Amino acid sequence: MNREAAISVSHLTKRFGDFTAVDRITFDVGKGEIFGFLGANGAGKTTAMRMLCGLSLPTSGRAQVAGFDLYKESEKIKKNIGYMSQKFSLYEDLTIRENNRFYGGIYGLTNQQIKDKTQFMLEYLRLEGKADTLVRALPLGWKQKLSFSVAMVHDPKIVFLDEPTGGVDPVTRREFWTMIYEAAHRGTTVFVTTHYMDEAEYCDRVSIMVDGRIEALDTPARLTGQYNAKGMEEVFVQLARKAKRNDG
Amino acid sequence: MMETRVRLEGICKDFQSGKAKIEALKEISFEVEEGELFGLIGPDGAGKTTLFRILTTLLTATRGNAWVDGLEVVSGYKEIRKRVGYMPGRFSLYQDLTVEENISFFATLFATTLKENYELVKEIYVQIEPFKKRRAGALSGGMKQKLALSCALIHRPGILFLDEPTTGVDAVSRQEFWALLRNLQKQGITILVSTPYMDEAGLCDRVALVQEGRILDIDGPGAMAKKFSKPLWAARAADMYRLMKDLKADDRVDTCYPFGQYHHVTFKKEKEEMARIEKSLMDKGHTGLSLQPIGPTIEDCFMELMNQ
Repeated sequence: MNREAAISVSHLTKRFGDFTAVDRITFDVGKGEIFGFLGANGAGKTTAMRMLCGLSLPTSGRAQVAGFDLYKESEKIKKNIGYMSQKFSLYEDLTIRENNRFYGGIYGLTNQQIKDKTQFMLEYLRLEGKADTLVRALPLGWKQKLSFSVAMVHDPKIVFLDEPTGGVDPVTRREFWTMIYEAAHRGTTVFVTTHYMDEAEYCDRVSIMVDGRIEALDTPARLTGQYNAKGMEEVFVQLARKAKRNDG
Repeated sequence: MMETRVRLEGICKDFQSGKAKIEALKEISFEVEEGELFGLIGPDGAGKTTLFRILTTLLTATRGNAWVDGLEVVSGYKEIRKRVGYMPGRFSLYQDLTVEENISFFATLFATTLKENYELVKEIYVQIEPFKKRRAGALSGGMKQKLALSCALIHRPGILFLDEPTTGVDAVSRQEFWALLRNLQKQGITILVSTPYMDEAGLCDRVALVQEGRILDIDGPGAMAKKFSKPLWAARAADMYRLMKDLKADDRVDTCYPFGQYHHVTFKKEKEEMARIEKSLMDKGHTGLSLQPIGPTIEDCFMELMNQ
Protein backbone atom coordinates (compact mmCIF):
# COMPACT_ATOMS: atom_id res chain seq x y z
CA MET A 1 0.00 0.00 0.00
CA ASN A 2 1.75 3.16 -1.20
CA ARG A 3 -0.92 5.59 -0.27
CA GLU A 4 -0.81 7.75 2.80
CA ALA A 5 -2.13 6.05 5.96
CA ALA A 6 -5.40 7.31 7.43
CA ILE A 7 -5.20 4.84 10.29
CA SER A 8 -1.98 3.39 11.57
CA VAL A 9 -2.09 0.83 14.37
CA SER A 10 0.79 -0.92 16.07
CA HIS A 11 0.50 -3.66 18.71
CA LEU A 12 -2.74 -2.16 19.99
CA THR A 13 -3.98 -4.08 23.03
CA LYS A 14 -6.94 -3.85 25.37
CA ARG A 15 -7.21 -5.90 28.52
CA PHE A 16 -10.15 -6.10 30.89
CA GLY A 17 -8.73 -7.64 34.07
CA ASP A 18 -7.04 -10.85 32.95
CA PHE A 19 -9.05 -10.99 29.74
CA THR A 20 -7.29 -9.72 26.59
CA ALA A 21 -10.07 -8.49 24.31
CA VAL A 22 -7.73 -7.06 21.68
CA ASP A 23 -4.31 -8.64 21.42
CA ARG A 24 -1.48 -6.66 19.77
CA ILE A 25 -3.18 -5.82 16.49
CA THR A 26 -1.07 -4.09 13.85
CA PHE A 27 -2.31 -2.68 10.54
CA ASP A 28 -2.55 0.42 8.36
CA VAL A 29 -5.56 1.71 6.44
CA GLY A 30 -4.80 3.87 3.41
CA LYS A 31 -6.48 7.17 2.62
CA GLY A 32 -9.62 6.58 0.56
CA GLU A 33 -9.52 2.86 1.19
CA ILE A 34 -12.60 0.74 1.97
CA PHE A 35 -11.38 -1.45 4.81
CA GLY A 36 -13.54 -4.38 5.94
CA PHE A 37 -13.09 -5.26 9.60
CA LEU A 38 -14.47 -8.75 10.07
CA GLY A 39 -14.57 -11.25 12.90
CA ALA A 40 -16.88 -13.61 14.73
CA ASN A 41 -19.08 -12.35 17.56
CA GLY A 42 -16.83 -11.81 20.54
CA ALA A 43 -13.59 -11.66 18.51
CA GLY A 44 -12.87 -8.12 19.73
CA LYS A 45 -14.08 -5.98 16.80
CA THR A 46 -16.22 -3.62 18.84
CA THR A 47 -13.52 -3.11 21.46
CA ALA A 48 -10.98 -2.35 18.73
CA MET A 49 -13.34 0.03 16.99
CA ARG A 50 -14.14 1.87 20.21
CA MET A 51 -10.44 2.46 20.75
CA LEU A 52 -9.95 3.76 17.21
CA CYS A 53 -12.84 6.17 17.68
CA GLY A 54 -11.23 7.57 20.82
CA LEU A 55 -13.95 6.19 23.11
CA SER A 56 -11.80 3.75 25.04
CA LEU A 57 -8.12 3.99 26.03
CA PRO A 58 -5.84 1.15 24.94
CA THR A 59 -3.92 -0.83 27.55
CA SER A 60 -0.82 -0.72 25.36
CA GLY A 61 0.33 -0.24 21.80
CA ARG A 62 0.23 2.79 19.53
CA ALA A 63 -2.21 4.19 17.01
CA GLN A 64 -2.74 7.26 14.88
CA VAL A 65 -6.17 8.00 13.49
CA ALA A 66 -6.60 10.78 10.92
CA GLY A 67 -3.08 11.88 11.84
CA PHE A 68 -3.76 12.20 15.56
CA ASP A 69 -2.41 10.20 18.47
CA LEU A 70 -4.92 7.93 20.18
CA TYR A 71 -3.68 8.72 23.71
CA LYS A 72 -3.06 12.46 23.50
CA GLU A 73 -5.43 13.72 20.85
CA SER A 74 -8.63 11.71 21.16
CA GLU A 75 -10.79 14.86 21.02
CA LYS A 76 -9.22 15.81 17.69
CA ILE A 77 -9.84 12.29 16.44
CA LYS A 78 -13.52 12.56 17.32
CA LYS A 79 -13.82 15.78 15.30
CA ASN A 80 -12.26 14.18 12.26
CA ILE A 81 -14.18 10.94 12.08
CA GLY A 82 -17.79 10.00 11.42
CA TYR A 83 -19.55 7.06 13.04
CA MET A 84 -22.68 5.20 12.15
CA SER A 85 -24.13 2.03 13.62
CA GLN A 86 -27.18 0.02 12.75
CA LYS A 87 -28.61 0.49 16.21
CA PHE A 88 -28.33 4.16 16.89
CA SER A 89 -27.95 6.95 14.45
CA LEU A 90 -30.73 9.48 14.05
CA TYR A 91 -33.32 11.00 16.36
CA GLU A 92 -36.65 9.57 15.24
CA ASP A 93 -38.66 12.44 16.70
CA LEU A 94 -36.65 15.11 14.91
CA THR A 95 -37.06 15.96 11.22
CA ILE A 96 -34.32 15.43 8.65
CA ARG A 97 -33.43 19.13 8.82
CA GLU A 98 -33.34 19.08 12.64
CA ASN A 99 -31.11 16.00 12.76
CA ASN A 100 -28.70 17.71 10.40
CA ARG A 101 -28.71 20.89 12.47
CA PHE A 102 -28.10 18.89 15.61
CA TYR A 103 -25.19 16.85 14.28
CA GLY A 104 -23.80 19.77 12.26
CA GLY A 105 -23.93 21.89 15.41
CA ILE A 106 -22.11 19.27 17.47
CA TYR A 107 -19.30 19.26 14.92
CA GLY A 108 -19.14 23.05 14.95
CA LEU A 109 -20.43 23.77 11.46
CA THR A 110 -21.73 27.30 10.80
CA ASN A 111 -25.43 27.85 10.09
CA GLN A 112 -24.60 28.49 6.44
CA GLN A 113 -22.57 25.28 6.20
CA ILE A 114 -25.41 23.31 7.78
CA LYS A 115 -27.89 24.84 5.34
CA ASP A 116 -25.71 24.02 2.33
CA LYS A 117 -25.05 20.49 3.58
CA THR A 118 -28.75 19.84 4.13
CA GLN A 119 -29.55 21.04 0.63
CA PHE A 120 -26.81 18.90 -0.90
CA MET A 121 -27.89 15.84 1.08
CA LEU A 122 -31.55 16.13 0.14
CA GLU A 123 -30.62 16.36 -3.54
CA TYR A 124 -28.11 13.52 -3.33
CA LEU A 125 -30.62 11.21 -1.64
CA ARG A 126 -33.47 12.45 -3.82
CA LEU A 127 -35.39 13.45 -0.70
CA GLU A 128 -36.27 16.98 -1.86
CA GLY A 129 -39.41 18.20 -0.16
CA LYS A 130 -38.89 15.84 2.78
CA ALA A 131 -36.66 18.14 4.87
CA ASP A 132 -39.39 18.69 7.45
CA THR A 133 -40.51 15.07 7.65
CA LEU A 134 -39.95 13.29 10.95
CA VAL A 135 -37.29 10.61 10.62
CA ARG A 136 -39.73 8.18 12.23
CA ALA A 137 -42.02 8.47 9.19
CA LEU A 138 -39.34 7.52 6.68
CA PRO A 139 -39.05 4.00 5.25
CA LEU A 140 -36.26 2.00 6.85
CA GLY A 141 -34.06 1.93 3.80
CA TRP A 142 -34.06 5.72 3.64
CA LYS A 143 -33.18 5.99 7.29
CA GLN A 144 -29.98 3.99 6.80
CA LYS A 145 -28.93 6.07 3.81
CA LEU A 146 -29.77 9.24 5.70
CA SER A 147 -27.80 8.07 8.75
CA PHE A 148 -24.79 7.60 6.55
CA SER A 149 -25.14 11.10 5.12
CA VAL A 150 -25.54 12.58 8.60
CA ALA A 151 -22.43 10.71 9.77
CA MET A 152 -20.64 12.51 6.92
CA VAL A 153 -22.11 15.96 7.61
CA HIS A 154 -18.76 17.40 8.77
CA ASP A 155 -16.78 15.86 5.87
CA PRO A 156 -14.82 13.52 8.14
CA LYS A 157 -11.52 12.07 6.94
CA ILE A 158 -12.58 8.63 8.11
CA VAL A 159 -16.02 7.13 8.58
CA PHE A 160 -16.59 4.11 10.84
CA LEU A 161 -19.60 2.01 9.88
CA ASP A 162 -20.65 -0.67 12.37
CA GLU A 163 -22.91 -3.18 10.61
CA PRO A 164 -24.57 -0.42 8.60
CA THR A 165 -26.71 -2.70 6.44
CA GLY A 166 -28.15 -5.16 8.97
CA GLY A 167 -31.78 -5.98 8.19
CA VAL A 168 -31.88 -3.67 5.17
CA ASP A 169 -33.62 -4.87 1.99
CA PRO A 170 -31.36 -6.17 -0.79
CA VAL A 171 -31.86 -3.24 -3.16
CA THR A 172 -31.21 -0.61 -0.47
CA ARG A 173 -28.21 -2.61 0.75
CA ARG A 174 -26.67 -2.23 -2.70
CA GLU A 175 -27.58 1.45 -2.95
CA PHE A 176 -25.89 1.87 0.40
CA TRP A 177 -22.71 0.30 -0.92
CA THR A 178 -22.82 2.61 -3.93
CA MET A 179 -22.76 5.49 -1.44
CA ILE A 180 -19.76 3.90 0.28
CA TYR A 181 -17.93 3.61 -3.05
CA GLU A 182 -18.69 7.22 -3.90
CA ALA A 183 -17.47 8.45 -0.52
CA ALA A 184 -14.24 6.46 -0.94
CA HIS A 185 -13.74 7.90 -4.45
CA ARG A 186 -14.03 11.37 -2.95
CA GLY A 187 -11.16 10.46 -0.62
CA THR A 188 -13.00 9.46 2.57
CA THR A 189 -11.54 6.41 4.27
CA VAL A 190 -14.22 3.84 5.08
CA PHE A 191 -13.80 1.40 7.98
CA VAL A 192 -16.71 -1.02 7.94
CA THR A 193 -17.92 -4.14 9.78
CA THR A 194 -20.51 -6.51 8.36
CA HIS A 195 -21.94 -9.99 8.73
CA TYR A 196 -22.80 -10.14 5.02
CA MET A 197 -19.89 -11.93 3.39
CA ASP A 198 -20.81 -10.68 -0.10
CA GLU A 199 -20.13 -7.20 1.27
CA ALA A 200 -16.67 -8.28 2.38
CA GLU A 201 -15.92 -8.77 -1.33
CA TYR A 202 -16.67 -5.08 -2.00
CA CYS A 203 -13.86 -3.93 0.30
CA ASP A 204 -10.41 -3.00 -0.99
CA ARG A 205 -8.88 -4.98 1.86
CA VAL A 206 -10.29 -7.10 4.63
CA SER A 207 -9.00 -8.10 8.03
CA ILE A 208 -10.39 -11.04 9.98
CA MET A 209 -10.11 -11.07 13.76
CA VAL A 210 -10.02 -14.32 15.71
CA ASP A 211 -9.70 -14.33 19.52
CA GLY A 212 -8.55 -10.71 19.68
CA ARG A 213 -5.86 -11.08 17.00
CA ILE A 214 -5.85 -10.22 13.33
CA GLU A 215 -5.45 -13.62 11.71
CA ALA A 216 -5.66 -12.52 8.08
CA LEU A 217 -5.40 -9.25 6.21
CA ASP A 218 -5.34 -8.77 2.45
CA THR A 219 -7.49 -8.05 -0.59
CA PRO A 220 -10.52 -10.35 -0.89
CA ALA A 221 -9.07 -11.87 -4.08
CA ARG A 222 -5.73 -12.73 -2.46
CA LEU A 223 -7.37 -14.12 0.69
CA THR A 224 -9.68 -16.26 -1.40
CA GLY A 225 -6.66 -17.61 -3.29
CA GLN A 226 -4.55 -18.09 -0.19
CA TYR A 227 -7.24 -20.11 1.60
CA ASN A 228 -8.16 -21.98 -1.55
CA ALA A 229 -11.76 -20.84 -1.09
CA LYS A 230 -14.66 -19.96 -3.37
CA GLY A 231 -15.20 -16.62 -1.71
CA MET A 232 -14.88 -14.61 1.49
CA GLU A 233 -17.59 -16.61 3.24
CA GLU A 234 -15.42 -19.72 3.06
CA VAL A 235 -12.31 -17.82 4.12
CA PHE A 236 -14.20 -16.42 7.10
CA VAL A 237 -15.59 -19.79 8.15
CA GLN A 238 -12.19 -21.48 7.90
CA LEU A 239 -10.60 -18.84 10.12
CA ALA A 240 -13.44 -18.31 12.60
CA ARG A 241 -13.71 -22.03 13.27
CA LYS A 242 -10.19 -21.91 14.71
CA ALA A 243 -11.41 -19.65 17.50
CA LYS A 244 -10.60 -21.06 20.93
CA ARG A 245 -12.06 -18.26 22.95
CA ASN A 246 -15.29 -19.47 24.44
CA ASP A 247 -18.16 -17.26 23.51
CA GLY A 248 -19.54 -17.47 27.08
CA MET B 1 -51.01 -37.76 5.35
CA MET B 2 -49.50 -34.37 6.20
CA GLU B 3 -51.49 -32.16 8.45
CA THR B 4 -51.64 -28.41 8.19
CA ARG B 5 -50.16 -26.95 11.34
CA VAL B 6 -50.44 -23.25 10.59
CA ARG B 7 -53.00 -21.60 8.33
CA LEU B 8 -53.57 -17.93 7.58
CA GLU B 9 -56.42 -16.52 5.54
CA GLY B 10 -56.34 -12.87 4.52
CA ILE B 11 -54.59 -11.66 7.66
CA CYS B 12 -54.39 -7.84 7.84
CA LYS B 13 -52.97 -5.74 10.64
CA ASP B 14 -53.27 -1.96 10.80
CA PHE B 15 -51.55 0.25 13.31
CA GLN B 16 -52.42 3.83 14.07
CA SER B 17 -49.47 6.20 14.19
CA GLY B 18 -50.72 9.69 14.98
CA LYS B 19 -53.16 10.44 12.18
CA ALA B 20 -51.61 7.97 9.79
CA LYS B 21 -52.72 4.38 9.39
CA ILE B 22 -49.88 1.94 8.87
CA GLU B 23 -50.77 -1.30 7.15
CA ALA B 24 -48.25 -3.67 8.67
CA LEU B 25 -49.78 -6.78 7.08
CA LYS B 26 -51.81 -6.82 3.89
CA GLU B 27 -53.88 -9.91 3.10
CA ILE B 28 -51.43 -12.58 4.20
CA SER B 29 -52.45 -16.15 3.39
CA PHE B 30 -50.39 -19.35 3.52
CA GLU B 31 -50.17 -22.76 5.14
CA VAL B 32 -47.39 -24.61 6.88
CA GLU B 33 -47.45 -28.40 6.94
CA GLU B 34 -46.52 -30.66 9.80
CA GLY B 35 -42.78 -31.09 10.21
CA GLU B 36 -41.93 -28.33 7.76
CA LEU B 37 -39.07 -25.86 8.19
CA PHE B 38 -40.71 -22.73 6.83
CA GLY B 39 -38.85 -19.45 6.39
CA LEU B 40 -40.22 -15.92 6.35
CA ILE B 41 -37.61 -13.92 4.52
CA GLY B 42 -37.58 -10.17 4.30
CA PRO B 43 -35.97 -6.96 5.55
CA ASP B 44 -36.76 -5.07 8.76
CA GLY B 45 -40.22 -3.54 8.61
CA ALA B 46 -41.61 -6.25 6.30
CA GLY B 47 -44.09 -7.38 8.97
CA LYS B 48 -42.41 -10.62 10.07
CA THR B 49 -42.60 -9.89 13.80
CA THR B 50 -46.23 -8.72 13.62
CA LEU B 51 -47.14 -11.94 11.86
CA PHE B 52 -45.39 -14.06 14.49
CA ARG B 53 -47.09 -12.14 17.28
CA ILE B 54 -50.49 -12.83 15.74
CA LEU B 55 -49.73 -16.54 15.37
CA THR B 56 -48.45 -16.81 18.93
CA THR B 57 -51.67 -15.09 20.18
CA LEU B 58 -49.89 -12.00 21.47
CA LEU B 59 -51.62 -9.65 19.07
CA THR B 60 -54.96 -9.81 17.29
CA ALA B 61 -55.34 -9.27 13.56
CA THR B 62 -57.41 -6.37 12.20
CA ARG B 63 -59.04 -8.66 9.63
CA GLY B 64 -58.68 -12.27 8.50
CA ASN B 65 -58.35 -15.58 10.30
CA ALA B 66 -55.52 -17.77 11.43
CA TRP B 67 -55.28 -21.27 12.90
CA VAL B 68 -52.40 -22.84 14.77
CA ASP B 69 -52.45 -26.58 15.37
CA GLY B 70 -56.09 -26.59 14.22
CA LEU B 71 -57.12 -23.95 16.77
CA GLU B 72 -58.34 -20.49 15.85
CA VAL B 73 -55.89 -17.93 17.26
CA VAL B 74 -58.43 -15.77 19.15
CA SER B 75 -60.79 -18.35 20.61
CA GLY B 76 -58.08 -20.96 21.13
CA TYR B 77 -55.36 -18.76 22.53
CA LYS B 78 -54.99 -20.52 25.88
CA GLU B 79 -54.52 -23.93 24.33
CA ILE B 80 -52.24 -22.60 21.57
CA ARG B 81 -49.90 -21.10 24.14
CA LYS B 82 -49.33 -24.56 25.60
CA ARG B 83 -48.51 -26.04 22.23
CA VAL B 84 -46.15 -23.51 20.68
CA GLY B 85 -42.67 -22.30 21.52
CA TYR B 86 -41.72 -18.72 20.72
CA MET B 87 -38.33 -17.09 20.61
CA PRO B 88 -38.80 -13.35 20.10
CA GLY B 89 -36.30 -11.28 18.16
CA ARG B 90 -35.40 -9.24 21.19
CA PHE B 91 -33.89 -11.15 24.11
CA SER B 92 -36.82 -11.52 26.51
CA LEU B 93 -35.59 -13.73 29.32
CA TYR B 94 -34.95 -12.56 32.86
CA GLN B 95 -31.54 -10.88 32.83
CA ASP B 96 -31.19 -11.05 36.61
CA LEU B 97 -31.92 -14.77 36.82
CA THR B 98 -29.20 -17.30 36.12
CA VAL B 99 -29.24 -19.65 33.13
CA GLU B 100 -30.48 -22.44 35.35
CA GLU B 101 -33.15 -20.28 37.01
CA ASN B 102 -34.52 -19.09 33.66
CA ILE B 103 -34.87 -22.65 32.42
CA SER B 104 -36.51 -23.86 35.59
CA PHE B 105 -38.85 -20.83 35.58
CA PHE B 106 -40.12 -21.58 32.07
CA ALA B 107 -40.30 -25.30 32.78
CA THR B 108 -42.40 -24.63 35.88
CA LEU B 109 -44.79 -22.39 33.93
CA PHE B 110 -45.54 -25.35 31.71
CA ALA B 111 -45.63 -27.81 34.62
CA THR B 112 -42.55 -29.67 33.50
CA THR B 113 -38.85 -29.96 34.36
CA LEU B 114 -35.55 -29.77 32.52
CA LYS B 115 -34.95 -33.40 33.42
CA GLU B 116 -38.16 -34.52 31.78
CA ASN B 117 -37.27 -32.92 28.43
CA TYR B 118 -33.52 -33.13 28.65
CA GLU B 119 -33.16 -35.21 25.47
CA LEU B 120 -34.89 -32.56 23.37
CA VAL B 121 -32.81 -29.60 24.57
CA LYS B 122 -29.60 -31.53 25.25
CA GLU B 123 -27.75 -30.59 22.07
CA ILE B 124 -28.30 -26.90 22.79
CA TYR B 125 -28.19 -26.95 26.56
CA VAL B 126 -24.81 -28.68 26.87
CA GLN B 127 -23.26 -25.59 25.28
CA ILE B 128 -24.60 -23.29 27.99
CA GLU B 129 -24.44 -25.74 30.87
CA PRO B 130 -20.89 -24.64 31.88
CA PHE B 131 -22.38 -21.19 32.58
CA LYS B 132 -25.53 -22.33 34.35
CA LYS B 133 -24.76 -20.25 37.45
CA ARG B 134 -24.22 -17.10 35.41
CA ARG B 135 -26.91 -14.42 35.16
CA ALA B 136 -28.54 -14.31 31.75
CA GLY B 137 -27.72 -10.61 31.41
CA ALA B 138 -24.00 -11.40 31.57
CA LEU B 139 -24.04 -13.93 28.70
CA SER B 140 -22.66 -13.20 25.23
CA GLY B 141 -25.07 -12.82 22.30
CA GLY B 142 -24.54 -16.38 21.08
CA MET B 143 -25.13 -17.87 24.51
CA LYS B 144 -28.25 -15.78 25.12
CA GLN B 145 -29.62 -17.08 21.86
CA LYS B 146 -29.02 -20.69 22.94
CA LEU B 147 -30.62 -20.08 26.32
CA ALA B 148 -33.67 -18.50 24.67
CA LEU B 149 -34.01 -21.49 22.36
CA SER B 150 -33.72 -23.90 25.29
CA CYS B 151 -36.47 -22.02 27.14
CA ALA B 152 -38.69 -22.01 24.04
CA LEU B 153 -38.29 -25.79 23.77
CA ILE B 154 -38.61 -26.76 27.41
CA HIS B 155 -42.29 -27.77 27.20
CA ARG B 156 -41.79 -29.84 24.04
CA PRO B 157 -43.86 -27.64 21.71
CA GLY B 158 -45.22 -29.04 18.46
CA ILE B 159 -44.61 -25.77 16.65
CA LEU B 160 -41.68 -23.45 17.09
CA PHE B 161 -41.70 -19.75 16.12
CA LEU B 162 -38.25 -18.20 15.85
CA ASP B 163 -38.14 -14.51 15.11
CA GLU B 164 -34.82 -13.55 13.51
CA PRO B 165 -32.67 -15.92 15.57
CA THR B 166 -29.59 -15.27 13.41
CA THR B 167 -29.70 -11.48 13.06
CA GLY B 168 -26.37 -9.91 13.94
CA VAL B 169 -24.82 -13.35 14.32
CA ASP B 170 -21.57 -14.20 12.52
CA ALA B 171 -21.42 -16.60 9.56
CA VAL B 172 -20.06 -19.54 11.58
CA SER B 173 -22.62 -19.28 14.41
CA ARG B 174 -25.38 -18.95 11.81
CA GLN B 175 -24.33 -22.23 10.18
CA GLU B 176 -24.32 -23.94 13.58
CA PHE B 177 -27.74 -22.55 14.45
CA TRP B 178 -29.27 -23.87 11.23
CA ALA B 179 -27.80 -27.29 11.93
CA LEU B 180 -29.59 -27.21 15.30
CA LEU B 181 -32.86 -26.35 13.59
CA ARG B 182 -32.47 -29.29 11.21
CA ASN B 183 -32.08 -31.61 14.18
CA LEU B 184 -35.17 -30.22 15.90
CA GLN B 185 -37.09 -30.70 12.67
CA LYS B 186 -36.02 -34.37 12.66
CA GLN B 187 -37.68 -34.72 16.05
CA GLY B 188 -40.98 -33.80 14.44
CA ILE B 189 -41.21 -30.14 15.37
CA THR B 190 -42.77 -27.79 12.83
CA ILE B 191 -40.61 -24.67 12.60
CA LEU B 192 -41.41 -21.17 11.38
CA VAL B 193 -38.32 -19.00 11.27
CA SER B 194 -37.84 -15.45 10.06
CA THR B 195 -34.62 -13.95 8.76
CA PRO B 196 -33.37 -10.93 6.87
CA TYR B 197 -30.51 -13.02 5.40
CA MET B 198 -31.54 -14.13 1.93
CA ASP B 199 -28.84 -16.80 1.76
CA GLU B 200 -30.61 -18.70 4.55
CA ALA B 201 -33.57 -19.38 2.23
CA GLY B 202 -31.81 -22.43 0.81
CA LEU B 203 -31.84 -24.04 4.27
CA CYS B 204 -35.66 -24.00 4.47
CA ASP B 205 -38.11 -26.46 2.93
CA ARG B 206 -40.26 -23.57 1.74
CA VAL B 207 -39.98 -19.83 2.05
CA ALA B 208 -42.27 -16.82 1.90
CA LEU B 209 -40.60 -13.65 0.67
CA VAL B 210 -42.11 -10.69 2.51
CA GLN B 211 -41.78 -6.99 1.84
CA GLU B 212 -43.82 -4.09 3.20
CA GLY B 213 -46.51 -6.32 4.65
CA ARG B 214 -47.03 -8.34 1.48
CA ILE B 215 -45.97 -11.78 0.41
CA LEU B 216 -44.05 -11.52 -2.84
CA ASP B 217 -43.91 -15.28 -3.40
CA ILE B 218 -44.08 -18.61 -1.59
CA ASP B 219 -42.30 -21.72 -2.80
CA GLY B 220 -39.42 -24.12 -2.26
CA PRO B 221 -36.13 -22.25 -2.65
CA GLY B 222 -35.14 -24.27 -5.74
CA ALA B 223 -38.50 -23.83 -7.46
CA MET B 224 -38.47 -20.12 -6.66
CA ALA B 225 -35.10 -19.59 -8.31
CA LYS B 226 -36.43 -21.26 -11.48
CA LYS B 227 -39.13 -18.59 -11.76
CA PHE B 228 -36.58 -15.84 -12.34
CA SER B 229 -37.76 -14.34 -15.60
CA LYS B 230 -34.57 -13.68 -17.54
CA PRO B 231 -31.17 -15.18 -18.26
CA LEU B 232 -28.76 -13.93 -15.61
CA TRP B 233 -25.11 -13.13 -16.16
CA ALA B 234 -22.21 -12.74 -13.76
CA ALA B 235 -19.84 -9.97 -14.82
CA ARG B 236 -16.36 -9.35 -13.50
CA ALA B 237 -13.51 -6.99 -14.36
CA ALA B 238 -10.47 -5.49 -12.71
CA ASP B 239 -12.31 -2.30 -11.73
CA MET B 240 -15.67 -3.46 -10.40
CA TYR B 241 -16.94 0.00 -9.49
CA ARG B 242 -16.34 1.36 -12.99
CA LEU B 243 -17.76 -1.83 -14.49
CA MET B 244 -21.01 -1.25 -12.60
CA LYS B 245 -21.22 2.36 -13.74
CA ASP B 246 -20.59 1.38 -17.36
CA LEU B 247 -23.11 -1.46 -17.28
CA LYS B 248 -25.76 0.73 -15.69
CA ALA B 249 -25.18 3.38 -18.36
CA ASP B 250 -25.58 0.80 -21.17
CA ASP B 251 -29.06 0.93 -22.81
CA ARG B 252 -29.05 -2.80 -23.40
CA VAL B 253 -28.72 -3.54 -19.68
CA ASP B 254 -31.91 -3.98 -17.70
CA THR B 255 -30.59 -4.55 -14.17
CA CYS B 256 -27.11 -4.65 -12.67
CA TYR B 257 -26.53 -5.43 -9.00
CA PRO B 258 -23.28 -6.12 -7.17
CA PHE B 259 -23.15 -9.68 -5.79
CA GLY B 260 -19.91 -10.29 -3.94
CA GLN B 261 -17.16 -10.94 -6.48
CA TYR B 262 -19.50 -10.39 -9.43
CA HIS B 263 -22.16 -8.07 -10.73
CA HIS B 264 -25.39 -9.84 -11.63
CA VAL B 265 -26.71 -8.48 -14.91
CA THR B 266 -29.86 -8.95 -16.95
CA PHE B 267 -30.46 -7.54 -20.42
CA LYS B 268 -33.54 -6.02 -21.96
CA LYS B 269 -33.44 -8.42 -24.89
CA GLU B 270 -33.71 -12.10 -24.13
CA LYS B 271 -30.88 -12.96 -26.53
CA GLU B 272 -28.33 -10.23 -26.34
CA GLU B 273 -25.04 -10.97 -28.06
CA MET B 274 -22.51 -11.23 -25.29
CA ALA B 275 -19.61 -10.81 -27.69
CA ARG B 276 -20.87 -7.34 -28.58
CA ILE B 277 -21.39 -6.38 -24.94
CA GLU B 278 -17.92 -7.62 -24.07
CA LYS B 279 -16.39 -5.72 -26.94
CA SER B 280 -18.02 -2.45 -25.96
CA LEU B 281 -16.76 -2.90 -22.39
CA MET B 282 -13.28 -3.67 -23.65
CA ASP B 283 -13.44 -0.53 -25.80
CA LYS B 284 -14.06 1.37 -22.58
CA GLY B 285 -10.75 0.05 -21.31
CA HIS B 286 -11.91 -2.75 -19.01
CA THR B 287 -9.38 -5.48 -18.30
CA GLY B 288 -9.77 -8.95 -16.81
CA LEU B 289 -13.30 -8.99 -18.16
CA SER B 290 -15.49 -12.06 -17.84
CA LEU B 291 -19.19 -12.52 -18.54
CA GLN B 292 -20.68 -15.90 -17.63
CA PRO B 293 -24.23 -17.23 -17.35
CA ILE B 294 -25.20 -17.90 -13.74
CA GLY B 295 -28.17 -19.36 -11.85
CA PRO B 296 -30.22 -16.84 -9.85
CA THR B 297 -30.18 -16.84 -6.05
CA ILE B 298 -33.17 -16.07 -3.82
CA GLU B 299 -31.78 -12.58 -3.43
CA ASP B 300 -31.96 -12.08 -7.23
CA CYS B 301 -35.58 -13.27 -7.12
CA PHE B 302 -36.39 -11.00 -4.19
CA MET B 303 -35.07 -7.94 -5.99
CA GLU B 304 -36.90 -8.82 -9.19
CA LEU B 305 -40.16 -9.20 -7.26
CA MET B 306 -39.51 -5.98 -5.33
CA ASN B 307 -39.14 -4.06 -8.57
CA GLN B 308 -42.34 -5.36 -10.09
